[in-house]
Amino acid sequence: MTDAVRSTTLAAPPLTPNQRAWRRLRRHRPALISALLLGAVLLLALLVPWLSPYATGQASDLQFSAPDRAHWFGTDVHGRDVFTRVFAGARISLLVGAVGAGVSLVIGVVWGMVAGYVGGRLDGLLMRIVDVLYSLPSIVFVIVLITTLEGHVKRWVGGWAPEWVPAARLMFLFAGLGAVSWLTMARIVRGQVLSLRTRPFVMASQSLGASHRRILLRHILPNVTGVVIVYLTLTVPAIILYESFLSYLGLGIQPPDASLGTLIAEGAAQINPLRVFWWLIVCPGSVLALTLLALNFLGDGLRDALDPREG
Amino acid sequence: MYFLRRLLFLLPLTLLIITLAFFLVRVAPGGPFDRERRPASPAVERALAARYHLDESLVSQYLRFLGLRWERQPDGSWKRAPGGLITGDLGLSLKYRNHSVSDIIRQGLPISLTLGGTAFLFALGFGIPMGFYTAVRRGGAGDWMGSLLALVFICVPGFVIGPVLILLLALKAGWFPVGLWGTASHVVLPMTALGLYFGGRVARLTREGVGQALQSEFVRTAHAKGLSPAGVLLRHALPLGVMPVVSYSGPMLADLLTGSFVVENIFQIPGIGVFMVNSSLSRDYTMVVGLVLLYALMLLVLNLAVDLAYSLLDPRVRHD
Amino acid sequence: MIHNGAEAETIDPQVLTGQPDGRVASALFEGLTRFDPRTGRGVPGLAHSWDISPDGLRYTFHLRTNAAFSTGEPIHAEDFVWSWRRAVDPVTAADYSGFFFYVKGGQAIATGATNRLETLGIRAVDPATFEVTLVNPTPFFPDLCAMRIMAVIPRATVERLGDQWVRADPLPCSGPYQLESWRPNDRIRLRANPHYWDAASVGCERVDLLSGDSPTAALNLYLTGDVDFLIDKVVIPSELGDVLVRRPDFHSYAYLATYFFRFNVTRKPFDDPRVRRAIGLVVDRRRIVERITRMGEQPASALTPPGTGGYVPPAGLGHAALLATNAADYAVAMRAAALEAQRLLAEAGYPGGSGFPPFTYMFNAGGGGGARQHENIGVEMQASLREHLGLQMELRPVEWKTYLSDMSQLNFDMIRGSWVGDYQDPTTFLDCFLADSGNNRTGWRSTRYDGLLSAAAAEPDSAKRFALLREAETLLVREEAPIVTLYSYVGLFAFDPERWEGIHPNLTGEHPVWAIRRRVAGGARSAVASATAP
Repeated sequence: MTDAVRSTTLAAPPLTPNQRAWRRLRRHRPALISALLLGAVLLLALLVPWLSPYATGQASDLQFSAPDRAHWFGTDVHGRDVFTRVFAGARISLLVGAVGAGVSLVIGVVWGMVAGYVGGRLDGLLMRIVDVLYSLPSIVFVIVLITTLEGHVKRWVGGWAPEWVPAARLMFLFAGLGAVSWLTMARIVRGQVLSLRTRPFVMASQSLGASHRRILLRHILPNVTGVVIVYLTLTVPAIILYESFLSYLGLGIQPPDASLGTLIAEGAAQINPLRVFWWLIVCPGSVLALTLLALNFLGDGLRDALDPREG
Repeated sequence: MYFLRRLLFLLPLTLLIITLAFFLVRVAPGGPFDRERRPASPAVERALAARYHLDESLVSQYLRFLGLRWERQPDGSWKRAPGGLITGDLGLSLKYRNHSVSDIIRQGLPISLTLGGTAFLFALGFGIPMGFYTAVRRGGAGDWMGSLLALVFICVPGFVIGPVLILLLALKAGWFPVGLWGTASHVVLPMTALGLYFGGRVARLTREGVGQALQSEFVRTAHAKGLSPAGVLLRHALPLGVMPVVSYSGPMLADLLTGSFVVENIFQIPGIGVFMVNSSLSRDYTMVVGLVLLYALMLLVLNLAVDLAYSLLDPRVRHD
Repeated sequence: MIHNGAEAETIDPQVLTGQPDGRVASALFEGLTRFDPRTGRGVPGLAHSWDISPDGLRYTFHLRTNAAFSTGEPIHAEDFVWSWRRAVDPVTAADYSGFFFYVKGGQAIATGATNRLETLGIRAVDPATFEVTLVNPTPFFPDLCAMRIMAVIPRATVERLGDQWVRADPLPCSGPYQLESWRPNDRIRLRANPHYWDAASVGCERVDLLSGDSPTAALNLYLTGDVDFLIDKVVIPSELGDVLVRRPDFHSYAYLATYFFRFNVTRKPFDDPRVRRAIGLVVDRRRIVERITRMGEQPASALTPPGTGGYVPPAGLGHAALLATNAADYAVAMRAAALEAQRLLAEAGYPGGSGFPPFTYMFNAGGGGGARQHENIGVEMQASLREHLGLQMELRPVEWKTYLSDMSQLNFDMIRGSWVGDYQDPTTFLDCFLADSGNNRTGWRSTRYDGLLSAAAAEPDSAKRFALLREAETLLVREEAPIVTLYSYVGLFAFDPERWEGIHPNLTGEHPVWAIRRRVAGGARSAVASATAP
């Protein structure tokens, strides 16, 4: 299979690496489908306030009605439309996931690459910092963060943009999530780099007098891209679920808003032998699962496309 | 040398971590004895705080916790306050006031270790083969099915998979108990609920690692030298391929062995995972610090083991 | 096997506070009276009878001659004197030492005004006679004597081990059971106390009290028969409340507890009673109990639940609508209430809600059972306030300790509250809102309210006393409204009535373990004396 891919790409006219990557990505059918699916979810999430005939928080007398024409995903305890809530929730969850992934990508990758490449005392220091942060109870950290800073920030935000005050809570959530999301990424990247830096091609560059920067960017980074993308796609679901856990403890987003994670956490109570309002768990659950699957397959496609050794 | 130095650093590092935890948890609002109903009088509140030395300054509380606080006796002499970390005493839990922290850990840890250990083996047991298989069959139908399965395990959270397992295998089929702890059959469902998620992640990381190893120059060289394909895969690709999994194993195992809040809660298992979260929420200061100590020691030792494992799997990795 | 709810924090009867702790301690330690499983009131326990002086201030208890600890040592009046003195001593740090305020000298000791324990109005007349002098005639004093904190504890053990005396092995117990083992977060195992004066009535030889926080897990264990009783409502899944209460093995009953919310009257605009009353008028109590809580809770407008010791609570805000017998009448009454509320709000300077600053409603999130419902109730209130008054209320869930700390420091606008009565008298609720009560937490102080309550305390005539209390409560829930009541709780327990008996609904939710027994099936089998046997 890989050989077949290679021969076709070799036959193609010379292209820049970016063009080659793009071309390969387009040819990766699952990635393409995933990208379309993700785009659709994203679009729905962004446009749901305008598309849905129901306002996000609008209560009605129609409590726990099963999915039908009027309510595609049924209604919840307050008679709110679950479809509207699911996609409004997807917006928050995707944002949370993106922030977590972004922090993980930027801090985690750089941290891990530097530690693994430089090694020695700096490696020891950087990794011990990761260990310390990893060991501290993150819930306490978030509690302290929110309670000590929230009042100040709210007053500060309220001074110039009162309508953004509720969003201040979200910022703390991001800070709390971001603080923990990059740690394992740093460890994994460092592990890869420790092994990579002794490989012949890296040694060769070093003996040819290439700068560290160049070696890191040209030789090391491309070789850790695969692991980074795979672990990023693993970070997103973890962060989304962690957000729902913090929200459950009263440290996350504020009702009546909900995220996909909190909707699923709420819906989990429906898995019982006595009575099942199945749509409350199946609908948000499948939207989340589909989104994450699409994200992973897209990641796979990206990873293949960016692989330096192919083509 | 390197590992010896790491070992030496273990204790000061642990001390640093629990010191941070000690102060962090005390900065959080509220205290262990805040309840919905206030005590009968402020005198009672004061007495309660004095009983657990919460009325002292943070520094003196910290010294007392370490076991380095000297107190003046009625006869004028100075004497070290009893207990403290240097004597191995973590104090009484401030929430469960009839138990010491070490007592609670001693009762719950073996259970969490059993559950976490089996879940770890379970996760590796199906994650590595699955990842290996999907990497070798990359792009084929086998890759598809395997990757899809692994991703489903990752995307379905424990608080969903646990109740589903209970509903299907315990309540409907009656094969396993719905919860509690004691016999081997009590282990199966929580182990599965816990292991599936981690196993899925292991499979993804293995797939990536092995996929990369297969393309590395010396695996290709080995091929060229005419070694049998199976031999190449197992002898060369697998050890390199599990590197990301090994990196991930340190934190993963530390998390697993100290218990899972969600799974222990759903199956009502008397491990310490529940305390990990609840002690923070109930501001059980002593308990938080005791658990952080346990967790930090475990994490540091495991990460040290991970670094050792790097050198074993890839002899070229040097720690200097 | 009984699911007892959350893990007991301590089983020392004098310092415990939680309900699960209380159930364990009640099984292990007994006082002069014990709770009647049917009524939840105090009936003879270690004292077989008592005399009351004509002015109602002096109680003379006569102890049983066969009263003994589980180790065989007899229990004398001196043991009570010593136990009560320890309980009231602030050094013991007993949260509930307020129960001794009814006893002469109790308040002075418990508040630290004096440290002379012997000034407490109690006396051992002889080994079998114990005399108590009260401050005021207190008709519910025998109920108080059944409280955990009034129980007798083993002096020698306490003096030997201090705080950790309950971990003594063997632990001398004065109640129907003794402690066999205690595994934290798992279970407490009790074994019948052979020296208990009423050992013959103890239904089960061995009882396991399981602890756990998860309602789903508890329900699963119950459905598979691993657990025979669910006794704590906290571990009954609230999402399934309406399904469960219809099952024959789930028993719901009126419970002496009220769900309400507090205003912070020190903050604008909630310092204006008109604003508070307007909000109290428009909350849709019926919708909340019918759609959110759904276990048969009674919507309520007064703080004291109906049926508390024969007291009839006054009509609070929004009471008119609660009298409606059908949906149409209810809607009409709610519209009238909304008009009245709009008028009040306009009077206060916020016509149609304009100019009203944004404010938050704080409630605790996470943790067991009902926490999800707090959010749901908040969402309903938010909708009502927006619809009828044009007010923007932000919902703010916080974790438990932050909630408590913000509540104590008056760091909120509006905050969820609830109160569980300790004994069947309105004062167990109304005392909370005295100006100096630590449980007030609204910033509201009313000399008139305080005066009415102290007049009631001194009033020997029951009818006049209740009239004074009603007047005070009217001030609280109608005229000044620092709090707004939503509903009275129901209690809920589960067991198979074909196999078990001995648990009865009662207002205070007291279900003594000793009264639980297996039903004799078909007469062929004699009563099996183990609750854990399959």
